[in-house]
Amino acid sequence: MNKEEIIHILSEVKDPEIPVLTISDLGILRAVEYENDIVQIQITPTYSGCPAMEVIQEDIRTELARHGLNHIKIKQVLSPAWTTDWMSEAGKQKLVAYGIAAPPTHACFQSGEDRPESCPLCHSKNIEMISRFGSTACKALYRCLDCQEPFDYFKCH
Amino acid sequence: MDLFSSYIIHLADNALILGHRNSEWTGHGPILEQDIALSNIALDLIGQARNFYQLAAVRINEMEPGENITEDDLAYLRDGNEFKNFILVEQPNGDWAKTILRQFYFSSFQLLLYRELLKCQQAELAAICEKSIKETRYHLKWSSEWVIRLGDGTSESHSRMIHAQQDLNPCIDELFIPADFDYEMAESGAGILPEQLKEEWFRRVNKIFETATLPLVSAENKVMQILSGKNGVHSEHLGFLLAEMQVLQRAYPGCTW
Repeated sequence: MNKEEIIHILSEVKDPEIPVLTISDLGILRAVEYENDIVQIQITPTYSGCPAMEVIQEDIRTELARHGLNHIKIKQVLSPAWTTDWMSEAGKQKLVAYGIAAPPTHACFQSGEDRPESCPLCHSKNIEMISRFGSTACKALYRCLDCQEPFDYFKCH
Repeated sequence: MDLFSSYIIHLADNALILGHRNSEWTGHGPILEQDIALSNIALDLIGQARNFYQLAAVRINEMEPGENITEDDLAYLRDGNEFKNFILVEQPNGDWAKTILRQFYFSSFQLLLYRELLKCQQAELAAICEKSIKETRYHLKWSSEWVIRLGDGTSESHSRMIHAQQDLNPCIDELFIPADFDYEMAESGAGILPEQLKEEWFRRVNKIFETATLPLVSAENKVMQILSGKNGVHSEHLGFLLAEMQVLQRAYPGCTW
């Protein structure tokens, strides 16, 4: 087994809270090293208190164990801090297909434009914010004024 | 305990205690969306606290081999006089206005502090601040919007904000009074003196108060003089909070999920 194969295995590990996204889609898998039968992995949290991180570590171990890899060291790194700009384009498309508006690509914190482009269901741009916070730390709650459906927005971070 | 560890624990305690206070709203928020908002802010703060406690634990174990201190020991097995959080963050939730104002005061301070600590010469500390500052900026945005909404709202919401100011303004001065660990951190380049943030804090807070049609605040220089949270001298509220937060580890030492 080589490093590329391990990365391939890891790219199947899903975010437990948004199960359409893999940890590679999210951009939280930061580094993988494989030497002398030991796999060393660096992951970074999306938010400081994200409860999914521990589940993700367990899932990484389980997935690698299924492929006979049992010597695993996982390190959480904080810097550079995760940003939604690290989310893959494929990941953003999967989010929208799942009904969650994807974060815009630009550095929106600087420009103050932290809002979804359109409703993920009917694609109308006629939308409004319900709440800055949603069902998980990484999401806010919006509603579409055309199709009337509420929807989650993966916040720019 | 060395002064560096004390400082990191001070940062951790602030985040943990306010996180715990906010979590008391879970299931009791005025509307579901804001219940969720405060629970999320609590989660961010407790996450930040964990990162600080982990850093402090590593440092303490290096300095005193054999101690084997963990983040959980620091959070659950210290007594009130060992906690170094501000008097502000241990204040009871009161009504919605008081909870909002407490968050607004604290996030305003935390943002300015983290911004300075990003540049500090201690890489692990700077990394935690780099991670946390985006969360803090969001907490400040949310709490500022609520201060404006309540202050410039109905006569009822306005008067509740005034009461919240009366309750919490005596806690402001402490934010800027240095403790021994502040001097040590500033000297070593790993931190700053909090007075440095004072002018900017008042400027920013008053700008929001102006929009909110609320009375402006100024340095009162008449802190609750006997109290000094940073030095472990707390109001009576902290003991009750700890009794609830720590009960499980006290009753069943070492228990895990």
